[in-house]
Amino acid sequence: MNLGVDFCGIKLKNPVTVASGTFGYGREFEEYIDLNRLGAIITKGTTLKEKLGNKAPRICEVTGGLLNSIGLQNPGVEHFLKEDLPFLRKFDTKIIVNACGSTVEDYVELCKILNDADIDGVELNLSCPNVKEGCLAFGTTYEGVKGVTEKVRKVLDRKPLIVKLTPNVTDITQPAKGAEDAGADGISAINTLLGMKIDIKKRRPILANNTGGFAGPAIKPVAVRMVYQIAQAVNIPVMGLGGIMTGEDAIEFMEAGATAISIGAGNMVDPETSIRVIDEIEEFMKANQIDDIKKLIGSVEMN
Amino acid sequence: MGKKVLAELVNKEELNKDIFKFSVRSKEIADLAKPGQFLDIKVSDKGEPFLRRPISIHNVDKENGIVEFIFMVVGKGTKILAERNVGEKLDILGPLGNGTFDTDKKYNSVSIIGGGLGVFPLYELTKKLKNNASLNVYLGFRNKDLVTCEKEFEAIGLNKLCVTTDDGSYKEKGFAIDFMKKDIEEHRVDKIFACGPLPMLRAVKEYADKEGIDCELSMEERMGCGIGACLGCAIEYIRDDGTKTYKHVCKDGPVFDSKKIIF
Ligand SMILES: Cc1cc2nc3c(=O)[nH]c(=O)nc-3n(C[C@H](O)[C@H](O)[C@H](O)COP(=O)(O)OP(=O)(O)OC[C@H]3O[C@@H](n4cnc5c(N)ncnc54)[C@H](O)[C@@H]3O)c2cc1C
Ligand SMILES: Cc1cc2nc3c(=O)[nH]c(=O)nc-3n(C[C@H](O)[C@H](O)[C@H](O)COP(=O)(O)O)c2cc1C
Ligand code: FES
Repeated sequence: MNLGVDFCGIKLKNPVTVASGTFGYGREFEEYIDLNRLGAIITKGTTLKEKLGNKAPRICEVTGGLLNSIGLQNPGVEHFLKEDLPFLRKFDTKIIVNACGSTVEDYVELCKILNDADIDGVELNLSCPNVKEGCLAFGTTYEGVKGVTEKVRKVLDRKPLIVKLTPNVTDITQPAKGAEDAGADGISAINTLLGMKIDIKKRRPILANNTGGFAGPAIKPVAVRMVYQIAQAVNIPVMGLGGIMTGEDAIEFMEAGATAISIGAGNMVDPETSIRVIDEIEEFMKANQIDDIKKLIGSVEMN
Repeated sequence: MGKKVLAELVNKEELNKDIFKFSVRSKEIADLAKPGQFLDIKVSDKGEPFLRRPISIHNVDKENGIVEFIFMVVGKGTKILAERNVGEKLDILGPLGNGTFDTDKKYNSVSIIGGGLGVFPLYELTKKLKNNASLNVYLGFRNKDLVTCEKEFEAIGLNKLCVTTDDGSYKEKGFAIDFMKKDIEEHRVDKIFACGPLPMLRAVKEYADKEGIDCELSMEERMGCGIGACLGCAIEYIRDDGTKTYKHVCKDGPVFDSKKIIF
């Protein structure tokens, strides 16, 4: 039985990765799971310089998931390369760095550094809803995504470039095509949906930032639809995510057109979710006599 | 070091209206647990509510591998938890938190102050410190109906136990901190430990910092993962060089040096 997939030149031992921002830099999970079993680890959103993030409350539970407004708290790329990457490199798994900036220049500077780093790929985060500048500003249009991706592509010539898209758009195929036309190697979708929760007694939003990114099982149908649309619209591979909690969820995304999948909020509820998903995918393949997981990719047929 | 365990609920007691004490069997957690640490509990395996609920460790019986926690029903998660039955298995991460109460130092005289639900985690601390210092414990509650754990603290053998209610419906009337201050003015202590609602912690911090008394506070914040990965449970913190940053209650705390915390 083969679970391995090639995601834009990155050879994953299985299609299961862990999503940016829900897995830190991996350390916290070492005591709960065997990191060697993961297809890849996608790091916390990392910026050129340290970022302190937003005021608390940053997390708020909702039906079927949660809202977050972390605000990209991270120690900066130099700290990551010195303190965290050597730890991650001890494991037999691929390391993809989620890169974020507030200006085009930030993205370019950051990716210059990442081009020379001992990592397997870069995921360009053009989709964080929780920071004032950057990210979303580039991520919602064909031109915006194409513009920044082209500039990054020029300096990032030695690593696969994945562009992570926001679902907060009318037509997801537009930014997806922007990424492809600018030379991206892959797309990941979706990031969180912008949401809000109000404390009805205080008549104030619970999050200090008022709004936050909605993640978890409740967003899965939106994510599956978007992954399908993207896979139809572009010729580069797609990493599907949004609400995956089980092996069956993962398979649904692959049938919709995802080559690999990622688990976000699922890690927060249970540190063992990713490993359970791998086991459940195997069980599904066995039970349905599927010898190669690649046969599932994009296998859905429309009514 | 946290573990993920399925721990059997071996005893369940309603101590007061809507306040429950649960005893669970987990040798792993009991062996590792330190005063101030907490558990992150999946209250239901049905997927809702989505996140775990953080609850402090109240008491550890290392010999029998039993861990106890006390919680109040305040919302949907704690309501579901309260409906769980003896014999069922609870999905728990724990013990969590690297910032724990410092029980290794030698103290002469210590004040321990708890307010409301903050009283519960102080029990394991007080037990641990029993042979280490002369202990003055102050427990504050809103009213008589909420007074919990008084007998348990009494049984430890303290220099002083002071129970207060805001409305005077039981024992001393007023805020626990005012009684603590009065005693400290007569007999200085070399340490204060505190856990409770934010206004109380703020007042304790201001007092301890002003008097130059070493003080540790147990903090709360809304959590996502409980293990330091999502960076959700942020609190403002002053670094050694005086600059401001955020630390995380689940990983760096829940117990912090009062001088480092900004309210
Ligand atoms: C480190 C720590 C230790 C705690 N120890 C205890 C304890 O020993 N006994 C006890 O009774 N309570 C304790 N609490 C508070 C307890 O976690 C909340 O009362 C509980 O999460 C409420 O859940 P709910 O579903 O009933 O309420 P809801 O209001 O329905 O919860 C909605 C969301 O808000 C979060 N939330 C609500 N109130 C709090 C709060 N005060 N702190 C953090 N998150 C909150 C919930 O976890 C959940 O994600 C502790 C909290 C922390 C952070
Ligand atoms: C707490 C939290 C932090 C996140 N941080 C990032 C981040 O730094 N960069 C990023 O691209 N996406 C971030 N995300 C989005 C997730 O990677 C993922 O795209 C989204 O949550 C949807 O997947 P899920 O439903 O499985 O969580 C974050 C999500 C959560 C819940
Ligand atoms: S709750 Fe995730 S870092 Fe504390």
